[in-house]
Amino acid sequence: MSLAVNIENLSVYYGQTPALTNVSLEVEQGEYLGLLGPNGGGKSTLLRTILGLVPVSSGTVRVFGDKPSKSRAHVGYVPQLNSIDRRFPITVFEVVLTGRMKKGISPFFRYSREDREIAEALLEKVGLRELKARRISELSGGQFQKMLIARALAVKPSLLLLDEPTASVDAASRDQIYSLIEELSRTMTIILVTHDLLAVSSKVHRLACLNGSLIYHGEPKLSQRIVSSLYGCEVDLLAHGLTDGGEKKHPGERGKND
Amino acid sequence: MIEALFKYRFLQYALASGILASIVCGIVGVIIVEKKLVMMSGGIAHTSYGGVGLGYLLGFEPIIGAFIFSLLASLGIGYIKRKGGERSDVVIGLFWSLGMALGILFIALMPGYPPDLSSYLFGNILSVTKTDLRLIAGITAVVTLLVVSLYNNWKAYIFDEEFALVLGLKTAFFEYLLLLLISMTVVALIRVVGIILALALLTAPTATAGLLTADFKKRIICSILLGCVFCIAGLWISFELNIASGAAIVILSAFCYLLTYAVNYISNALKRKNLSGRTNS
Repeated sequence: MSLAVNIENLSVYYGQTPALTNVSLEVEQGEYLGLLGPNGGGKSTLLRTILGLVPVSSGTVRVFGDKPSKSRAHVGYVPQLNSIDRRFPITVFEVVLTGRMKKGISPFFRYSREDREIAEALLEKVGLRELKARRISELSGGQFQKMLIARALAVKPSLLLLDEPTASVDAASRDQIYSLIEELSRTMTIILVTHDLLAVSSKVHRLACLNGSLIYHGEPKLSQRIVSSLYGCEVDLLAHGLTDGGEKKHPGERGKND
Repeated sequence: MIEALFKYRFLQYALASGILASIVCGIVGVIIVEKKLVMMSGGIAHTSYGGVGLGYLLGFEPIIGAFIFSLLASLGIGYIKRKGGERSDVVIGLFWSLGMALGILFIALMPGYPPDLSSYLFGNILSVTKTDLRLIAGITAVVTLLVVSLYNNWKAYIFDEEFALVLGLKTAFFEYLLLLLISMTVVALIRVVGIILALALLTAPTATAGLLTADFKKRIICSILLGCVFCIAGLWISFELNIASGAAIVILSAFCYLLTYAVNYISNALKRKNLSGRTNS
C-alpha cells in the first residue's frame, strides 16, 4: 500500500527550542492513526508540519509523495478550538462553505450552487443541519468542533488531520464525534491527536506517542509492554487505563471488531 | 448650514470628503477590528507624521510624505511581525514614537518660520482642497474595489488565516495588501480628522455597528452609514458652534458608541430579567 505521509528523521526547532527531534513516521493510505502525548510533546507541531505550516529544521516530510505545501489540496485540517476567534460575525453555514474556497487569489469569487449543496450535505452528516444559520458565537464546544470537521471535509480531503477534536466537548458529543471519525476512517486516511487513549484505542489502527521524539509507534493494544512504553507520554491517562481495567477490557473489544 | 452648503465650495468639499472617508473607514475599520490590528493602525497613522515633516523640509506635498511613511511603517511592522522576532506591540510602540520624533526633527530643521501643523494632527475638514478631495476619492475607489472584488477571500482570511493558508489562499499577499489598505486609509483620514484622531474614526463606527449587527457584510455597511452620520453631524456641530471639526466628529462618534453600548447593555439586562422572571413564576 502506498504512503499517505512519510516522515524521515524530522526535527523542528522553534528558535533554540526543539519541538520535535528525529521523528520518523509512516502513515499508510487508509490508515487511522491515533497520536498521543503530553502537552508540549509536539503533537500539534507534527500536524502543522504535515500541513507545511512550520519550517522543517532537518529531515523530510512527504505527503502523498509530494512536499507538504504542494499536497495541501488533499488534506483536511481540524485545528484546535481555541485557535479561532468565536466572536467573529459568521454563521455555521458560511464557515463550512469556506472549505470550498478556490486556491490562489480569486477576484469576484462566488460559491457555486454545488459548493452550497456540498456544505449542506456535510452539515447534515455532522448533525448540524438545524443550526446552519446560527452565529458561531452561539455554539457549544461540541457543535463548534462538528462544524470544524464539516469545514475540513468540504475540501474533499484524502487525508484528515484532527487536533484534539474532543477538547472542551461534552460526553455525548464526544461519542458522536468519535463515531463520525470512525465512519470517515473507512474512506480516508486519518491522523487524530487526542488525549483519550481509552476512547480511541479500540478504533484506531495504530497508535503513535510523541514526547519531543517518537516514543511509541505500533499496535493500539494496551498490553503491559505498551503501557510501560507509554509511561513517558501521559501519566494521567495511564492512571485511567490501569484503574479502569482498560488493559483487560480493550483488547477484547478490539477482538470483537476484528 | 444647508443654505451655506449651496453657497460655499469648501463646505461641499468637506461634506464629500467626510462621506468618502466614512466609506474607507467602514470597510477597513471592520477588517482591522476583527483582525485585532487597531493599535497597529494607530502606530501606522502616527508614524506618518514623520512624512509630513519631511515633506515640509524638502518642499514636497506633506500628504505624499505621510503616505510614504505610513506605507514604510506598515511594511516594517508587518515584516517584523511575520518574522516573529520582536513582540509586535513593542515594535508598534517604537514606530509610533519614532515617526512623531522624526516629524518634530524635520520641522525643526526647516529654515524660517515653522508651519502650522495642527491641521495634520487634528484634521480640518473645512480646509479640504480639490486636490485633497481627488486623492481621497482615488483612495476610496481603490480600497472599495480591492475589498469588494476579493470579498470572500478576505472573509476566509480574516476568520481563520491558518485554514485559509491550508486551502491554498495566498495569505502573505492578503497580509501585505491589508497593510497597504491601512496606509491608504490613514492618508485619507489625515485631512478629515488628523493623525491623532484617526483611530477614533476607524474604531467607533465599527464598534457601534458591532453592537447592532452580527453579520460581516451588514457590519461593514452599517459602519459606513454610521461614519457618514458622525462626519456630517460633526461637521454641522463644528460649523454651528465654531469648534474644531476633527474634535467634534471624534467626540460625537465616541459618545454615540458609549450610548449604544449603554442602551444595548440595559436592554439585554431587561431581557434577562424578563426571562428569569418568567421561568420563576
